[in-house]
Amino acid sequence: MTTTTPAARPVGVDIQESESNRAVIEAIEADNPEATVRHMPGMVRVQVPGKLVINRESVEERLGREWETHEFQLAIISYFGHIKEWDDDEIVIAWDH
Amino acid sequence: MTIAPKAARKLTMKQRYSALTRDLDWEPSYVPAEELFPYTRFEGIKIHDWSKWEDPFRLTVDAYAKYQAEKDKRLYAVLDGFAQSQGHLSLTDASYLNAMKLFLQGVTPLEYQAHRNFAYLSRHLNGPGPRFASLCQSLDEMRHAQTEIHTLSNYNKYYSGFHDYLHMHDRVWYLSVPKSFFDDALSAGPFEFLIAIGFSFEYLLTNLLFVPFMSGASFNGDLPTMTFGFSAQSDESRHMTLGLEAIKFLLEQDEDNVPIVQHWIDKWFWRGYRVTALVAQMLDYMLPRKVMSWKEAFELYFEQQMLGGLFQDLAFYGIRPPRDVEKAIQEKDYISHQAYWILYQFSHAAAFTTSVPSDEHLDWLEEQYPDTFPTYRKLWDKERKNVENGGRHFVRGLPQLCQVCQIPMGFTEADDPFIQCQRETIFEGERYNFCSDGCKNIFDHEPVKFRQSWLPVHQIYQGNCGAADLPGVLQWYGMQPGDGGEYLGSVDHENWLAWHDMAETTGGN
Ligand SMILES: [Fe+2]
Ligand SMILES: [Fe+2]
Ligand SMILES: [Zn+2]
Repeated sequence: MTTTTPAARPVGVDIQESESNRAVIEAIEADNPEATVRHMPGMVRVQVPGKLVINRESVEERLGREWETHEFQLAIISYFGHIKEWDDDEIVIAWDH
Repeated sequence: MTIAPKAARKLTMKQRYSALTRDLDWEPSYVPAEELFPYTRFEGIKIHDWSKWEDPFRLTVDAYAKYQAEKDKRLYAVLDGFAQSQGHLSLTDASYLNAMKLFLQGVTPLEYQAHRNFAYLSRHLNGPGPRFASLCQSLDEMRHAQTEIHTLSNYNKYYSGFHDYLHMHDRVWYLSVPKSFFDDALSAGPFEFLIAIGFSFEYLLTNLLFVPFMSGASFNGDLPTMTFGFSAQSDESRHMTLGLEAIKFLLEQDEDNVPIVQHWIDKWFWRGYRVTALVAQMLDYMLPRKVMSWKEAFELYFEQQMLGGLFQDLAFYGIRPPRDVEKAIQEKDYISHQAYWILYQFSHAAAFTTSVPSDEHLDWLEEQYPDTFPTYRKLWDKERKNVENGGRHFVRGLPQLCQVCQIPMGFTEADDPFIQCQRETIFEGERYNFCSDGCKNIFDHEPVKFRQSWLPVHQIYQGNCGAADLPGVLQWYGMQPGDGGEYLGSVDHENWLAWHDMAETTGGN
């Protein structure tokens, strides 16, 4: 097994495919330029090398309403990486070491 | 002079979490902490500071209730719509439901057991952070059990094999595979349980279990199952986090914890991985419309995400990948073929049906497994001739079971598809058999525990399963005519054709 730095190893989330989650996925794509998106039956997988950030403001802009980060719990199916931060303004997934 | 009252300031998530979760804890003064929390020392794990446990979700009880209620509301709207519109008729085929029968009989009862053990942890862990996370998970797992039962009960009105799943879970030979796996965890200490279920199962393997089932449901017209699955999985991300925090916490608390945790990872990876053999055959054989092969799912969810991601992270603590992981990687090319072949031959004693894959299906398998499938395809070509001659193959005897995973001994050596893999240990004068080095290693570490395994075949021979003949045992299992055997011509198949006005048998398409 090759060792890679935490900055290069991919992290990601699987999100349910739905009308309101489209805004979340678009916000992730906009805020994480290196994101790759893969569609699977009923769900979308977003993967980013090193670190994935979800910003409340970016989601609200696209959704056109208030959105609290807790609401992401309705969208997420699974993730890989480590949840480094989950506060009022952002959710950050990254590896530690 | 009056001072204008300050506007009430909204607490941030961090403040709310610490006020509503951590601040509600207290230091015991009437009894010593060891008496209040008696179960957190006997496993050899050393914890110095429980306040170091992180909970990144920062969930409080009001937010928990609000979002869980919303999840249920969405799910039950889908269930009602599907039932009212006779949605079951728009499935790809009645044979698809075999995957769901296996799920209800094998997995749903485990959700309930998870509920019980997390309730125990929510009382008995010393720190308020992990206690609250365990309480949420305990409620989640109860919700999973209930929503799965509600969702699948609609199919029970029209199809066989869904009744008596709890009764069957405790008795039937193939269900002893998931049952004994979870019983092993329930009878372990609280820290081993956290590594077994919280980490190894929820973080390492849950994606392999759930996502293929749910994508399979989505692809085969089963909207309710897809919805309960994704609804349950949305809780799963919290469970994964609990598992990951648990392992990091144990490793950071004391260096002496590292070898204990490493042993549990080795054990529970292999235990969990063996249970996923049932998922492997489901993905490759039971879905009329395919999502992805087991091999692809294993590469994506395990090799890339876990070996390529997580274990690099854990190397920092001196943790290496699970001991028998190389064997699991080798097996990805053939495990599903061997697992389905076992179930195919014994499905007359099961509450699901099986059938010879169609030509199209065999072609798909060959595309997915170009190196290994040609060998298994010959087996199916031969079996098809048996069927044409009226001799569909069922094994009439009882198989030997692995003492640890309880799967019939039908797996082969990695380098030879014709040599059955068999390992053994003699312990206090008795011989025990294993399907793999992984299962043998587990036994050799805890022989006194695993000598007690409730092996369905031994139990039949000992006269503990209702009768000495097959019809008697099936009755004791709670099975009814039409539950098992060959799919083509089965009650479900005949009904399906009648409901769709098809005059003649069209074969498994
Ligand atoms: Fe669950
Ligand atoms: Fe769970
Ligand atoms: Zn075994």
